[in-house]
Amino acid sequence: MRFESPTTTKAAASMLASESGAAHVLAGGTDLLVRMKMGMVEPDLVLDIKRIETMKVLKVAAGGVHIGGAVPAVELGESERLRSLWPGVVEAANLIGSDQIQGRCTVVGNLCNASPAADSVPALIAAGAKALIVGPKGKRRVGVEKVVLGPGKTSLGRDEFIEAVVLPARAGKSADAYLRFTPRTEMDIAVVSAAVNLTLSRGVVTAAKVVLGAVAPTAVVVPAAARAIIGTKLDDAALEKMAKACRAACNPIDDKRGTVEYRTKVAGVLGRRAALVAFERAGGSK
Amino acid sequence: MSGVTVSAKVNGDAVQYVCPPNESLMDVLRNRLNLTGVKEGCGTGDCGACSVTLDDRLVCSCLVLGAEAEGRSIGTVEGISQDGELHPLQTAFIDHAALQCGICTPGFLVAAKSLLGRNPNPSEEEIRYALAGNLCRCTGYDKIVRAVQSAAKVMRKQKKS
Amino acid sequence: MPYETDYTNQKFSVIGNRVNRPDGVDKVTGRARYGADASAAGQLVGKILRSPHAHALIKKIDTSKAEKLPGVKAIVTGDDFPDFTGGNRSLMDTLENCMARGRALYDGHAVAAVAAVDAQTANEALKLIKVTYKKLPHVTDVDEAMKPSAPVVHDWIRTAGIEPAPTTASNISQRNEFGHGDIDVGFAEADVIIEKTFKTEQTHQGYIEPHACLATLGPDGSGELWVTTQGHFTFRNMCASLLGLDVAKLKVTSSEIGGGFGGKTHVWMEPVALQLARKSNRPVKLVMTREEVFKATGPTSSTSVDVKIGAKKNGRITAASAELRYQSGAFPGMWGMLGAMTSFACYDLKHVKSVGYDVLCNRPKVAAYRAPSAPMAAFGVESVIDLLAAELKMDPVEFRIKNAAKKGTRASYGPIYGPIGIGPTLEAVKNHPHMKKRLGKNQGRGVACGFWFNFGGQTCTDLNIGIDGSVNLTVGTVDVGGSRASLALIAAEELGVDYDQVRVTIGDTSSLGHNDTTEGSRGTFSSGMATIFAARNAIDVMKQRAADTWGIPVEQVVWEEGVARAKGRQNSNLPPLSLKEIAAKSPRTGGPIAGHNEVVADGAGVSFASHICDVEVDPETGSTRVIRYTVVQDAGKAIHPDYVEGQFQGGAAQGIGWALNEEYIYGEDGTLQNAGFLDYRIPVCSDLPFIDTEILEIPNPNHPYGVRGVGETSIVPPLAAIGNAVSNAVGVRMTHVPMSPPRILKAIEDAQ
Repeated sequence: MRFESPTTTKAAASMLASESGAAHVLAGGTDLLVRMKMGMVEPDLVLDIKRIETMKVLKVAAGGVHIGGAVPAVELGESERLRSLWPGVVEAANLIGSDQIQGRCTVVGNLCNASPAADSVPALIAAGAKALIVGPKGKRRVGVEKVVLGPGKTSLGRDEFIEAVVLPARAGKSADAYLRFTPRTEMDIAVVSAAVNLTLSRGVVTAAKVVLGAVAPTAVVVPAAARAIIGTKLDDAALEKMAKACRAACNPIDDKRGTVEYRTKVAGVLGRRAALVAFERAGGSK
Repeated sequence: MSGVTVSAKVNGDAVQYVCPPNESLMDVLRNRLNLTGVKEGCGTGDCGACSVTLDDRLVCSCLVLGAEAEGRSIGTVEGISQDGELHPLQTAFIDHAALQCGICTPGFLVAAKSLLGRNPNPSEEEIRYALAGNLCRCTGYDKIVRAVQSAAKVMRKQKKS
Repeated sequence: MPYETDYTNQKFSVIGNRVNRPDGVDKVTGRARYGADASAAGQLVGKILRSPHAHALIKKIDTSKAEKLPGVKAIVTGDDFPDFTGGNRSLMDTLENCMARGRALYDGHAVAAVAAVDAQTANEALKLIKVTYKKLPHVTDVDEAMKPSAPVVHDWIRTAGIEPAPTTASNISQRNEFGHGDIDVGFAEADVIIEKTFKTEQTHQGYIEPHACLATLGPDGSGELWVTTQGHFTFRNMCASLLGLDVAKLKVTSSEIGGGFGGKTHVWMEPVALQLARKSNRPVKLVMTREEVFKATGPTSSTSVDVKIGAKKNGRITAASAELRYQSGAFPGMWGMLGAMTSFACYDLKHVKSVGYDVLCNRPKVAAYRAPSAPMAAFGVESVIDLLAAELKMDPVEFRIKNAAKKGTRASYGPIYGPIGIGPTLEAVKNHPHMKKRLGKNQGRGVACGFWFNFGGQTCTDLNIGIDGSVNLTVGTVDVGGSRASLALIAAEELGVDYDQVRVTIGDTSSLGHNDTTEGSRGTFSSGMATIFAARNAIDVMKQRAADTWGIPVEQVVWEEGVARAKGRQNSNLPPLSLKEIAAKSPRTGGPIAGHNEVVADGAGVSFASHICDVEVDPETGSTRVIRYTVVQDAGKAIHPDYVEGQFQGGAAQGIGWALNEEYIYGEDGTLQNAGFLDYRIPVCSDLPFIDTEILEIPNPNHPYGVRGVGETSIVPPLAAIGNAVSNAVGVRMTHVPMSPPRILKAIEDAQ
């Protein structure tokens, strides 16, 4: 195995392109090093992107947010501006592992690891985030929901990596929220999760996006759940309709972390609760 | 596999080492630099026993490659006491019987020091969540939380005077 | 010289003080050396290859490629362990568990091991070893394993304790029955009878330090082992027996131990490390990964338990019975027996019967876990006690008090109790402010009791007084939770010196006679007893020295508050001689001053605890939070209250984890799905509240200070206390531990 730490995205892209063996990009390393330790991957090249200055940039503005691929999750929580613009994205990123993990892990890494239970991914999708992908032929920009294809699988070419994710400009009276269910209060993997991003006008939901995690091979966008609350003030009937839509969108598995039955039920509960949190954050009141 | 040569700072002192590119910083610290206060409880970032600071950020050294540390500054439990004096956290852990077997103690001290550096007056809940990455199986955390509360108080007083 | 072990009600001057532990500075600075922290010149790295199958024939192990890998110095398989067991079946079980002999009996069973120059080479070599398996049918569930149709783990097992003796093999290794009276008569007298079945899943001790050792063994048959262990003398005897070595030629040193809770009472890979060292003639360091710890050390049993208790309307229990089925892993154990013994120990019962079964499965060999077997039995019994109280419309604490065992009660497992703490702990619970706290929505409170025998055992202690009067106490019981501080307090108390004047060391196996493993909550009880006697021996020497100095008969010398005094008016001109003065003169008065004691510390007083627990359950997700927890336990005498509280809190926390989340999850294929801290889910700091403690001191009549072991009992009540609390919060009886969110949610919905 070789270890490289290029200082430009261009150099990184060409190293990836010229590696014939198994090449792995190292951002926070909180997934990659575990997989190496367990013998699940045996890289020929590990490419540390943390020496690339442009990838360490976190830029927060009303017109959009740029989260570099090497920005550790803890930095997101340290930005007061980001917390107020995208509280759901921040709380999702800050739920990944412990403080120790937070100091290393990145939302781009969380995305590229392509776990169905990734905490930040539903929140990023709900936020309408785009991934800035770098490859030998230059850069492209795709919706985050198009990055993950299935457990451990992404749409990235083998010579591509994600330089950053960007969040769109924030409309007024908007807020997001992310909730996950874990048996422990911390240090756990989502059994089910839900992200809701919504916009209000005169106290009524005018736009919404609802995304569930850990209930299918990838995070699931649930348009029916969004439709259930658009045009409402989150009255009980709307919430129940939304929960039902969430449950209907589930296609989970039984595994050591949860059962089909349990995940489906709790998806409805979390969808509803996340909607209420986002609603309140956006200034709504029932 | 050819080794990577790394120059870094550990507890303020310059160090050089050569390690295989896939070796963790934890193994480097323990086996190459003899800093065995860094403990391995799991090797997968789930117990916090190997906690160190990397450029002042709290991390699990098992989830860092030794090769990544080039030019960086690392802090371990061995560097917590200064000038022959125990750090208030170390004193508080002894005074409050906050350790039984002691294997998790180095990680807790590094994590607690990092917490108090960011937040000199944490609530009980803040302490509990900040230390959630450090597993202890002996104490039920009761006396650990109390020791951190007590050390925080001492450190706030020291800062004032 | 034999000493009186009876309780004397003496006044203490240093016992009971919350002094700082002697190993504190080493442990907060990172200097303390644990199992994996030792190194030797020229050491190799040992690694073990493990079975990926739950049950398989090992048809062939081809090590030829691995042997050729540069840097590989030794490879061992089952063939490298000749049978030195002399027909001792239990020793053979231990050997076979350390290294498979023709058959892999569980996922993680060791099949080969390598010693190489570094970890990378050793890992590479493991990949080059080719094992040809033939998969066999497996069984991992205790009830399934008892069925006649179940795959049999060992064809030589005939159930012991059954008349007539069975002629065919089964997975039931033994049946044990305890009790007295006639339960049929008792149940006939009952107005109300409750009968219920309970299940508990397998849990692991979860010590944070993985097993680790550094082994050396030369061609002359002498060697050394540095190891994290609860019993280095036991490890020495085990390793010597399994490898055909002279006990005296193997020196075992116990490192600092990073938690054990029973899991480090047993050899797992130490004989393998020694054998690799012998084969390579190099020191071999072998450290388990966390995955190996979960898969291939000794978790506690999963169980299936039926409990039936009957009572009269006046609240008196008339009869109690239980059948307890304990999974012991791939080798026979005594866990069902212990479950049967402990199940009804808290109560005064006229008619009682408990039957325990030990059942083999394709899971790792079960080892002790803190009060082994008692928590699962208590879960069933204490749940039924609550149900009965509810049926009788009695307060569950009052109901327990009414039926609690007391001095003179014949225990369900045989003996007649002396003074015991079950009644007093229940009274303390009844009067505790915790019980008066009002509960909110979705909250519930539970109370439960627990019992543990405690153990004494063989103990050998040395006390040496330095020329400056400082005292070196060498003990052979491993310090798992602060016992060095307690033993220094005891030595200081006896000698009449300052605590700081005493330094306690854990001696290696060549420096003391045999000491039993630190288990059964015996460390402070038994080494404490031996320390008292060793100190008294040293005092006798010092009295003699003083007498010689003064030229008076020793009978005229007394030892008081750290000085020798000459008794009687005729000696009033003789100023007292302090320990320091006597020590300073010792080179000229007969040489070094020492006290020594070896004892079989009988009379470990039984221990009882009662716990109170408040939980809040989210009825939509089944998530449970423990919001308040109180432990009341009898310590006999708390030598060092901080560490007694620490034991109470630590046991409760382990019990909470067990009750709510921890469990071994096996797949259909019999492989362990969650062999790591992430998915095994022991409680983290933010999962728990402060754990309140109340120490009761009901002296053990069989210890000079009244000490009882305190280490284990605290894990016994939590499963039931939380079960009762959750059941009270959601209105549904929980019968399956862990009460994980999916189980609770399902129970709520099934009830609706």
